Amino acid sequence: MTTLEKTTDEVLQLASAHFNIPREGLSPDDDFFKKLGINSLQALDLLTRIEQHFHIELPDYELQGVSDFRTLAERIQSRL
Amino acid sequence: MLDLRKYSCLGEALRAALDRWPDEICLIEADRERENLRLTYRQFKEAALPLARALQDAGLRSGSRAAIIMTNQSKWLISAYAIFFCGGVLVPLDYKLTPAEQLKLLAHSKAEFLVVEYHFWRAIAKDETFAQFAAKVILVTEAPAGADLAGAKRWEEFQDPSEPVFVPRSRQDMACIVYSSGTGGRPKGCVLTHENYLEQCKALTALYPFSPGVRYLSILPTNHAIDFMVGFIGPFTCGATVVHLRTLRPEYIREAFTRYKITYMSLVPMVLKNLERGLRQRFAELPKSRRKVLDSLIGVNRALTRRRAKPKLSRALLGQVHNAFGGELRAFFVGGAFTEPGTLQFFYDLGILVGNGYGCTEAGTAITLNDFKPFRPDTVGKPLPGMEVRIANPNPEGIGEVAVRSKTVMSHYLDDPEMTAETIVDGWLMTGDLGRMDSSSHLQLLGRKKNMIVTEEGKNIYPEDVEAAFEGLRVKEFCVFAANYLWPVRTMVGEQLIIVLHPEAGKSVDGDMVANIAERNRRLLNYKRISGYLVWNRDFPLTASLKIKRGVLAEEIRQAVGRETVVPL
Repeated sequence: MTTLEKTTDEVLQLASAHFNIPREGLSPDDDFFKKLGINSLQALDLLTRIEQHFHIELPDYELQGVSDFRTLAERIQSRL
Repeated sequence: MLDLRKYSCLGEALRAALDRWPDEICLIEADRERENLRLTYRQFKEAALPLARALQDAGLRSGSRAAIIMTNQSKWLISAYAIFFCGGVLVPLDYKLTPAEQLKLLAHSKAEFLVVEYHFWRAIAKDETFAQFAAKVILVTEAPAGADLAGAKRWEEFQDPSEPVFVPRSRQDMACIVYSSGTGGRPKGCVLTHENYLEQCKALTALYPFSPGVRYLSILPTNHAIDFMVGFIGPFTCGATVVHLRTLRPEYIREAFTRYKITYMSLVPMVLKNLERGLRQRFAELPKSRRKVLDSLIGVNRALTRRRAKPKLSRALLGQVHNAFGGELRAFFVGGAFTEPGTLQFFYDLGILVGNGYGCTEAGTAITLNDFKPFRPDTVGKPLPGMEVRIANPNPEGIGEVAVRSKTVMSHYLDDPEMTAETIVDGWLMTGDLGRMDSSSHLQLLGRKKNMIVTEEGKNIYPEDVEAAFEGLRVKEFCVFAANYLWPVRTMVGEQLIIVLHPEAGKSVDGDMVANIAERNRRLLNYKRISGYLVWNRDFPLTASLKIKRGVLAEEIRQAVGRETVVPL
């Protein structure tokens, strides 16, 4: 598994646990707003959870224009 | 506060404010638990004048247009003041738009100057349409050392210590070009004059006064008409303090209330609902006996405030709840038409006033606002002072289009006399919203005449703007509509967009097509997405220049099918 794949997988795990959705139902290209049924505030909540997990700080603007797990993982990766 | 009648332009009023309250705090910039900056009015002036002088040296003259693309932060307001000081016209652009959309509006506004945060600039410079961007001076804030600025200059170094020359403007001159929406076919650049802003500020602060010691928490984007007024011009011309929070995360918003003892805050329905959810959850977790006491106190407060709000009494009765909001909160402001009355009532029963109102950029922000005498969650309040509101062509139930006449109504749409003539008729701004005035002059909104939606995040979306994402779909023709425009309902919440598809002859809308639509939909910003599709097997009515006659098509659809025919995506 590449580092990005690992990060993506961890993001999917976190989303699954945070929003109580089975992990196997989520894939990297999913639109997380739609798949998780969340709004932008709840997405920020997920961002906070991700920050705690990866020990990084992600400004809110990192989520701007991002709606799939893979791109989100790329943004995280660039800050690791 | 300043007597705004004395001033001819925003630059002059702000300049007077900076001299009037030199030692008061005007601005605090917080990011999460950190405080980045705290400025007095004197320090704000000292930060802005060298920038103003450098802008003048670079050719910013009376009437020059200067855009800002930034999140809420101190450099936004400092730059805006410097631009007004030089007599410039401010173009506040939405930082949440895509780089291509921002470039389109920059070109439309003919902005010669741009102030932009580094991460937005980086994205803009990478856009494929960037080569066409021609600005005289671009200032980038917070760029890392050694970053490639693609021809831009560093904001922090763009200073000249010599005294700048103040350039006054007249009340009728253009102060700002604010895009109310429309990045697609037809950008709607509202031209707002200095008079529009000075009059709106006078009206709003008469109802909700600011003064030294009052703290406004700014989380709505400053480019938005509401925050620009209530989170900049209003507090600054009254010696109050603006607190910028550079994150929208609920936990930091909650913390900011107590840390900065916030007095006022504007928010979108989504954030208000989130606060409601949080409070309800905390109430539900209370031990039974304490919950019982709380419920009784809420009941007492409700009974005692039925006729009018009694903030001091409510604070005494429900101190713990109020302390969670810092203990000094006077009111939240929210777009009332888009907030459920139940949510407004929930806060009112706790003694937390939510000033639900109604407005639009074209009217210079707010048209009506609740004054709590008495509280009417089913309405958007009464017209603000100086605002004439009438219902045009009312039906027998008194419902018609809301029309507004006031000194705050915009001058025109930039470079679009046709749209201006459709929108401002005989001096009245036709809002496109349907409403009714009751006998006590409270306005109730009951739907839309226009093909548009407003999201719970407060975004205006015009379906025409969304269509570009579906260009090239393998159908004969398609059109995006607001579902409530096709099938009017008496509500302004939960609005959705749908796509109407006319398949090619002999073809149907199959699984591949739906997957293709879903894929394209995903590439749109989440609040611009369509929620379903409708198959329509008739030719669309077209104009001579082959544009879709949307109104006619909508009427045909409305007559033939109901909302249940929409297939969810």
